[in-house]
Amino acid sequence: MNQKTLPYLLLLPATLFLLVFFVYPFIQVAVQAFVGPSGFTLDHFQTMARNFRFWPSVRNTILLAVVVVPLQLVMALAMASTVSNLKTARSAILYIFTIPLGLSDLAAGIIWLAIFEQSGFLNSMLTSLGVINKPILFLSYQNSWVIFLAVVLAELWRATAIVMVILVSGMGLIPKEYYEAAEVFGAGPWKRFVKVTLPMLRPSLQTALILRTIAAFEVFAVAQALGGTTLPVLVGQIYDWQFNQRETGVAAAMAIVVLIISIGCTLFFLRVLRTPKGATI
Amino acid sequence: MSDAAVIADTPHAVSEVRSAGKFLLWAGVALMVVWVLGPIYLLLTNALSSPTEVAEFPKHWAPSFDLGSLKFFITFGGVVKALTNSIIVAALTMILSIGIGAPAGYALSRFDFWGKSAFRLLVLMTRAFPLPLLALPIAVMFIHIGLDDSQIGLALVHTTLALPFAVLITFSIFSGVPVELEEAAWTLGCNRWQGFRKAVLPLVLPGITASAIFAFTISWNEVFAAAVLTVRNRTLTAFLLQSLDFSPLYLRFAGGAALIVPALVFIFAVRKYMFAMWGIANR
Repeated sequence: MNQKTLPYLLLLPATLFLLVFFVYPFIQVAVQAFVGPSGFTLDHFQTMARNFRFWPSVRNTILLAVVVVPLQLVMALAMASTVSNLKTARSAILYIFTIPLGLSDLAAGIIWLAIFEQSGFLNSMLTSLGVINKPILFLSYQNSWVIFLAVVLAELWRATAIVMVILVSGMGLIPKEYYEAAEVFGAGPWKRFVKVTLPMLRPSLQTALILRTIAAFEVFAVAQALGGTTLPVLVGQIYDWQFNQRETGVAAAMAIVVLIISIGCTLFFLRVLRTPKGATI
Repeated sequence: MSDAAVIADTPHAVSEVRSAGKFLLWAGVALMVVWVLGPIYLLLTNALSSPTEVAEFPKHWAPSFDLGSLKFFITFGGVVKALTNSIIVAALTMILSIGIGAPAGYALSRFDFWGKSAFRLLVLMTRAFPLPLLALPIAVMFIHIGLDDSQIGLALVHTTLALPFAVLITFSIFSGVPVELEEAAWTLGCNRWQGFRKAVLPLVLPGITASAIFAFTISWNEVFAAAVLTVRNRTLTAFLLQSLDFSPLYLRFAGGAALIVPALVFIFAVRKYMFAMWGIANR
């Protein structure tokens, strides 16, 4: 075996695998969405849009992303700045912060169900504090905003750490000299954060925002555990079309919708947060 | 000027300001730790209480260590099978993603060759797409080739999720081993494979094990593809998702705990690598 072919042989399995299970399915999902029994069709998209849960699911998914992602960014910045100020127990604290990342989103939904259900911990706490007399049925269709809030909290709890991890790695790359220079010129901690940390974090912020926004549009198990069908979301509807109604074409059409929103967001963040040429560290 | 103003104007000792800042910092850290660990504690409290205690109001804030809920869960029809399926699928995912990913990671770390950046782009591109949705066309594909509702079929889809992580993590692990070590082995008469096995493998084994556990956890936690692709061979996540509508609360809490506790053990086992792996995996 010579030096020229060895790397290609080593890469071959991974490349083939990605072609078969990543590239090919992408083409297939479009085929499924646009092709009916008699060739090209938009029937699947029409069926999808006529369903009474479609527009609510679009609205809920986008609203969730719009509320969750900015809050996560702020929380992650706070966590990352706190951690980078620590001198002792830094790695232990980082480990604790990343625990939710290792848990299933379904488990996260069930965890917050334990807090929000009728005989749950939130009701118990409010009763013992005397705020309410009897437990409230939080997660019902009359209180759909509470379901929304519960999903927001569960998502914040579960996935803020991924943003934090990316930001902590990014903060580690900022040269100490920049902070020292800022301090010499009299910049306080807040000013240093705004004038040095934030601009220098731009590439990390971009990565974090792209990953988190795409993941936010995939919200599924958390909403399913906390709201069932009361709070329909896009991927939940895809699951329903595919698994319960056996309409693979409509499910694929909705998948195309999620894909287009995801790609649109990726391009948006790539453009808005692009690093100016020659401004890398 | 009044006396009060003078007192307020006196500068505090530097050490005093420092300790106040330190107190605030640690108060913030404590708050964040409670925010992260508190909800997990509450779920485990529910799982370790009897079914009647779970339905009781107001709730007890400490577990009674009654195994009623867990016993009910484990004897519930289909749970043991779902647990076994989860373990089998995750183990297959682990073997596939390391078996396919580690050679690619090694090639990326050791060779310069035409097409290297194209391959890296392919791997990174997978991160910019909602991968679980690929389960939809793959479900159709599997029906044609007879892999539908099979453990290996689901493991193949989970490998798509875990493979990019495996490639990037093993790439960084192999890059951490100096190429001179291998070259020294070659001059001592080893061929390429022997050099790899004797000089590199012992050094990278802990890291590879950690990334294998990482792949296992990804599969163990995955919900959407598992729920779409399995019917009779449901994994634990698929089973729990599909019984959300009708199962009693204590069953859901016990099931949630059954999902969480192994995951907690896994990430504790690889805690040294955890942060680095999350960082690498998201570059």
